[in-house]
Amino acid sequence: MYDKGKVLTGLAIFVAIVTFPVWYDLVHAQHVPKLEKPTLSKKCVADIAYMRTSHMVLLDNWRNEVVREEKRKLIDVEGKPYAKSLQMGCMKCHPDRKKFCDECHTYASVDPFCWDCHFQPKKEAN
Amino acid sequence: MDVKRRNFLKIAGLSAVAGLGASSAFTQLLKGNALASEEGAGGGETAAGHGAPEQGGHQEAETAFQYGMVIDIPKFAANKGLAEKCINACHYEHNVPDYGNPKDEIKWIWVDDYEHSFPDASQYKRNAGLNDLPVLLTCNHCANPPCVRACPTQATFKNDKGVVIMDFHRCIGCRFCMAACPYGARSFNWRNPREQYANGNYKFFKHGLNPNYPTRMRGVVEKCNFCPERLAVGKPPACVEATGDTKAMVFGNINDPNSEIAKVLNANFTIQRNSAAGTKPSVFYII
Repeated sequence: MYDKGKVLTGLAIFVAIVTFPVWYDLVHAQHVPKLEKPTLSKKCVADIAYMRTSHMVLLDNWRNEVVREEKRKLIDVEGKPYAKSLQMGCMKCHPDRKKFCDECHTYASVDPFCWDCHFQPKKEAN
Repeated sequence: MDVKRRNFLKIAGLSAVAGLGASSAFTQLLKGNALASEEGAGGGETAAGHGAPEQGGHQEAETAFQYGMVIDIPKFAANKGLAEKCINACHYEHNVPDYGNPKDEIKWIWVDDYEHSFPDASQYKRNAGLNDLPVLLTCNHCANPPCVRACPTQATFKNDKGVVIMDFHRCIGCRFCMAACPYGARSFNWRNPREQYANGNYKFFKHGLNPNYPTRMRGVVEKCNFCPERLAVGKPPACVEATGDTKAMVFGNINDPNSEIAKVLNANFTIQRNSAAGTKPSVFYII
């Protein structure tokens, strides 16, 4: 083979560049999000699988029902009433936005604009 | 059959013209019918509902329930500071930012003088003292709201209690509603109301924040909503609550003849702002 050294070096560089994303991620592996579990209650307004995939749909529906249709009836979960509200409902059990919302949102690189207007308890509203 | 080419072409041409003409004449007739029936139904409705079909054809059916408010101006004049108390109660309750300059001002409820509140009333030889009265102004929650028609996203709409609601989530900040409102009851957030100082304090909430109500964001229009979140738990609007026992503000369903507000309306001479605009404001003033 002619120019053995050059070809092999070139190949090595090529492979290194192509596989860069793979080994970069191995080195800088992000931790898988781990959510802080609520201490106040065990059961959510919907089952965990649904909340995990579709909580945004639920929040959207709540918003329309409360703001536009005046359907503000509290949701009853095992005798405990919950308001259809991010600020007055969800955040009662999950009070820390950083450990609950941002944990996954940052990992999944989504940037919802809830907090442009709504408050997380304690921290912002003082 | 013995048809000459010349004759065939003549007949074909004539039938083409006849066919086209007939179909267009037919659609014209159809349109005419539809228009006539629409006018018939619409006219009948307005005549029955309002007796004022000349008001521009924008009438919507009145809701059976219509929240309204009577504002007793002499009582506000007699209780110095009561108007400010109402304004502060409202603006604290709803985290209304104070940008500190009139150009960016956000107001849900505010005070103006008689002359500018009722410009369509005669000012000729007006009682000079009238202009010293604190006229408390807010969204009129019109029975026929022009802002609702102007909104392209239905961010503002009339709910089944007759309240003109702002859905801040849906507002795209086009400000059509502000152009449509004849009362200047809507304000636009030119700046971010949540701007902070370096030390983390908010710039525009001097009286602190109400943690139970969100703020708005930049580029959103806001106005008085008659406190739907308070009404839902059986409380009166914040401003009405602030007037306490003075009865300077009476709030209720103006379409229910047995409600307190209906009785007040029945017993007093009241005026409305710019009633000639045909918007049917639900806020009434005793002067």
